[in-house]
Amino acid sequence: MAETLATIVEQLAKEFDGQVIEYAGEASVVLPLSRIAEAVRAIHGNFGFDMLSAITAVDYWPEENPRFHLFYRFNSIPNRMALNVRVPIPGLEPVAPTITDVYKSANWNEREVYDMFGIRFTGHPDLRRLLMPHDWEGHPLRKDYPLGYEEPQFSFNYDEIDVRKPHAGQEPPHGAAGPAGV
Amino acid sequence: MPQLEEVTLDDLKHLVSDRALAGETMMLNMGPQHPSTHGVLRLLLELDGETVVNCIPDIGFLHTGVEKNMESKTYQKAEVMSDRLDYMNPIGNNFAYCLAVEKLLGLDVPPRAQAIRVILAELQRISSHLVWVGTSALDVAAMSVFLYCFREREQILDIFELVSGQRMMTTYIRPGGLWRDVPVEFEKAVRDFLKIIPQRIDEYEALLTKNPLFIDRTVGIGKISAEDAVNWGLTGATLRGSGVNYDVRKFAPYSGYEQYDFDVPLHTDGDVYARYLVRIAEMRQAVRIVQQALDKLPAGPVRSNDHKFVPPPRSEIGTSMEALIHHFKLWTEGFNAPKGAVYCAVESPRGELGVYLESDGGPKPYRVHFRPPSLDNLQVLPLISKGHLVADLVAIIASVDIVLGDVDR
Repeated sequence: MAETLATIVEQLAKEFDGQVIEYAGEASVVLPLSRIAEAVRAIHGNFGFDMLSAITAVDYWPEENPRFHLFYRFNSIPNRMALNVRVPIPGLEPVAPTITDVYKSANWNEREVYDMFGIRFTGHPDLRRLLMPHDWEGHPLRKDYPLGYEEPQFSFNYDEIDVRKPHAGQEPPHGAAGPAGV
Repeated sequence: MPQLEEVTLDDLKHLVSDRALAGETMMLNMGPQHPSTHGVLRLLLELDGETVVNCIPDIGFLHTGVEKNMESKTYQKAEVMSDRLDYMNPIGNNFAYCLAVEKLLGLDVPPRAQAIRVILAELQRISSHLVWVGTSALDVAAMSVFLYCFREREQILDIFELVSGQRMMTTYIRPGGLWRDVPVEFEKAVRDFLKIIPQRIDEYEALLTKNPLFIDRTVGIGKISAEDAVNWGLTGATLRGSGVNYDVRKFAPYSGYEQYDFDVPLHTDGDVYARYLVRIAEMRQAVRIVQQALDKLPAGPVRSNDHKFVPPPRSEIGTSMEALIHHFKLWTEGFNAPKGAVYCAVESPRGELGVYLESDGGPKPYRVHFRPPSLDNLQVLPLISKGHLVADLVAIIASVDIVLGDVDR
């Protein structure tokens, strides 16, 4: 089976101006952002990878071009093969095309990448934050996002801790009238 | 105290029908504190009477930033966080993480350690399925099964305590092998368990499989076709209940699974009942695997001999300068993994649990991503719950077998 995967990887790289990198016995195809939508359609249709196993991203900050890599993993259940695809993305306004039209399971996975890395997916039917609260600021898995600790607020010390929060001194969100007492 | 926000449907317009906006159907909030959502899952339901028109899952209540936290810890120390993801399957999480680290380092694991890993992972599968059978039967109002299942699960947790000192968060599987060898009582404890469990599974089946009430509540509920299941990325028993033969243990065998003779149970109906039958059959297969692994359990070391990555035995530290240096270096600065990225998957009780691990050449993982089976299994919920009653929705949530620690990470 390894031979056929190798040929698929090479064919993909040739057809979509990509290159092949290999690590720990596993080949990955690096594809350009402009061809990824097309390539995913071919991966699903022509090459028979019927399941999208995972989507994730990596942040190479302070590298800017490319700052992110999107990582896709596809499974072909009938042929017992798995394919890794990487897509470099520049750091300024990172945008990638969605693949939810080909693989339904990309929906939440892309939402998670958007939530955690701030990469927007054009054409996504429901691009909202997945894990973080909807009014959260920043994208936690970016490397320039600090691993901070949040002081827990209780009713008896809510105001005392509130003045130390990053948003202290600003207008409360959503026109809320501020602390309303206990 | 912050004031409560008024909730509107503005953000979710595209997910509900026009009738909801006109006020003809009712929006109902279910969870996150609800006994039948198996954790902190919140569902926003659009109901027409008692029928589900739309279902919008809202997750993230248990998000603890495990992936971000792991980036700031050395490879060995980051492992303890993996236990806490899927809390029904801590051994399996360690397993997946360690396989990824070993692949990154090119580390070999001794055969004895591999076999013990398989035994524990399969026992974990049985214990997870026991919880599943118990709680999902509870969801459709069969109380007694739950109590029996937890009785047997207790026995498995006792075995884990015996080998690792912990019942749940074991961190027993370590990169390069195991924490230490199993104690002498281990074999007897497992054999005792293997002796009773087949009859016990028969007992659960006697209570459920032909029970007309149980059949009424599960047959034809939450159906999904094989094509949809694959396209939605379902894995595990939820996928195999639709007749797709995908099991990571057969698809890409790891840790010596290819040596064991076992079947992958399949069912073609794709409903709640099919998933139940598959999980029951999987428990019997797990018993077979444990039996074989235990019968031919090889002797020998349980940790790799490569002391650049694996701590030397305690006894050597007093006599060997080299060992002392390795010990000191491993527990202060850790080991440097070569630059690169790997993806490793194991078959967890819920499906494909994948670990994406990237190293920049330093002692801490540059990026760790867990591919949680529960996330993909949960995202199909809106599709398969449409048109069913709220009471059936409870059975459907149970049948896709989610663990919110795994979904939210």
